[in-house]
Amino acid sequence: MADEATRQAVSQIPLLKTHAGPRDRALWPQRLKEEYQALIRFVEQNKGADNDWFRLESNADGTRWTGTCWFIHELLRYEFRLEFDIPVTYPVTAPEVAVPELDGKTAKMYRGGKICLTDHFAPLWARNAPRFGLAHLMALGLGPWLAVEVPDLISKGLVVHKEQQRDAAAE
Amino acid sequence: MATVEELKLRVRELENELIKCKQKQCAVEDAQNQELHRPKIDKMSAEVVDSNPYSRLMALKRMGIVDDYEKIRTFTVAVVGVGGVGSVTAEMLTRCGIGKLLLFDYDKVELANMNRLFFQPHQAGLSKVEAAEHTLRNINPDVSFETHNYNITTMENFAHFMERISHGGLEEGKPVDLLLSCVDNFEARMAINTACNELGQIWMESGVSENAVSGHIQLIIPGETACFACAPPLVVAANIDEKTLKREGVCAASLPTTMGVVAGILVQNVLKYLLKFGTVSYYLGYNAMQDFFPTMAMKANPTCNDRHCRRQQEEYKKKEAERPKVEVVQEEEEAVVHEDNDWGIELVSEVTDAELQAASGTVPDLPEGITVAYTIPAETAPCGDTVEETEQSLEDLMAQMRKL
Ligand SMILES: [Zn+2]
Repeated sequence: MADEATRQAVSQIPLLKTHAGPRDRALWPQRLKEEYQALIRFVEQNKGADNDWFRLESNADGTRWTGTCWFIHELLRYEFRLEFDIPVTYPVTAPEVAVPELDGKTAKMYRGGKICLTDHFAPLWARNAPRFGLAHLMALGLGPWLAVEVPDLISKGLVVHKEQQRDAAAE
Repeated sequence: MATVEELKLRVRELENELIKCKQKQCAVEDAQNQELHRPKIDKMSAEVVDSNPYSRLMALKRMGIVDDYEKIRTFTVAVVGVGGVGSVTAEMLTRCGIGKLLLFDYDKVELANMNRLFFQPHQAGLSKVEAAEHTLRNINPDVSFETHNYNITTMENFAHFMERISHGGLEEGKPVDLLLSCVDNFEARMAINTACNELGQIWMESGVSENAVSGHIQLIIPGETACFACAPPLVVAANIDEKTLKREGVCAASLPTTMGVVAGILVQNVLKYLLKFGTVSYYLGYNAMQDFFPTMAMKANPTCNDRHCRRQQEEYKKKEAERPKVEVVQEEEEAVVHEDNDWGIELVSEVTDAELQAASGTVPDLPEGITVAYTIPAETAPCGDTVEETEQSLEDLMAQMRKL
């Protein structure tokens, strides 16, 4: 079951109303607006709680999303690029979020750098479709994944802070 | 020191030499291919000679198992996902002499795939469909191949995928006879389900669990049998104590054995379906821990979320009503729903048992050994805020997001 903090963060993200995927030419623009509204609200909330941790933007038709996410570990900020496509079956199925630069560094990833979500995610998404959107995907999918994987990758030396790397190279 | 002109001349010389080398290489390869590759065979023969690759298959006819084995050459099968199950499936169909194979996969061969069958280390880096076509063509040049190296779930590829399923038959313009889902994720299965419901395309689903010790195959006839969206994902219970199953630090395990077994029961079902022999399975599970093979049949769900599934159900009903009743065919057992929920599935959204109870839906009545991955309540009222009406345009919102 979700921890209280995640649950609290998720409960503040507004739910979406329009059940439409990218193949639905008439309703997709409306869904896309709702996605942006929810994302904006979520980022603002994160900022308010001093826990700003990702940015996302899409191409004009909203089918491809790119952005960055970051994780603070022992006062150092580790930043990663993220990307995903909206599948034709969205919002019944969630997009597969990829963090390509971590591909091959952790077993909790499928090929192409797609993160491996917990067993809890699929039922949770299915039960809340179509009201869950990309902001929920960030909060329940990518967020918890980063929280578990990044400290582990740092401890194994597989992720090195950029400035430390530069220092090491200068030595 | 050489002048620029001299160097240019030297480059041209070397280029010509390279072309000559390439031509020589091609000629050698062609000669080898002529030697290694058998010519195409026009008509399948039952003659038992060591040069006839079809003699043992044609023996099925003599033995009375199959009425008309040669008919296999008229069929087109699309294999979506050419991984551990799909590649072996494609190889079996190739060796059986299928007419045409369409292969879809966006992935590349990796050394990490070498615990599975079919692909070889020297193929690492090649696209799976390209590598597969090369190997399969060598095994049986009588088969036609069409390959597509893309992800079917994205907007740009999905329309093309649908077009090829509905027009990529042996006779161009005709639909494929059967589609086989050998993908490894929910999104791709759902995309295939969507396409097949829209097109009325009969297909078979296959899957291996992430712990590698169970799998299943399922025949889906749109409108008649349950589609992939008619019920929550079905799983074959491997009877593993959830508490001892360690998921930390790994995504998925895989075994060539389980994948081979699933590919085998899948192609067996394909052959029975296409060549009309034996009993075609609607759902066949494989529990590798206990060597248990549960079976069942499930009718389409009238309240399925996929509107094309519901449309196909209407059409099927009409067709059934028009058909003269000849004899009573054995009724398939309808999936009954019972109210009590003793499903010990833990969910993230719920903190207390009461919440879990409220968020869980009814569990379909399934035979021993088959369960659902999760349940979904019939209709829940949204709890929490929904997005407000906004005057802002999409462009405004996009700009606002960028400025944050
Ligand atoms: Zn359905």
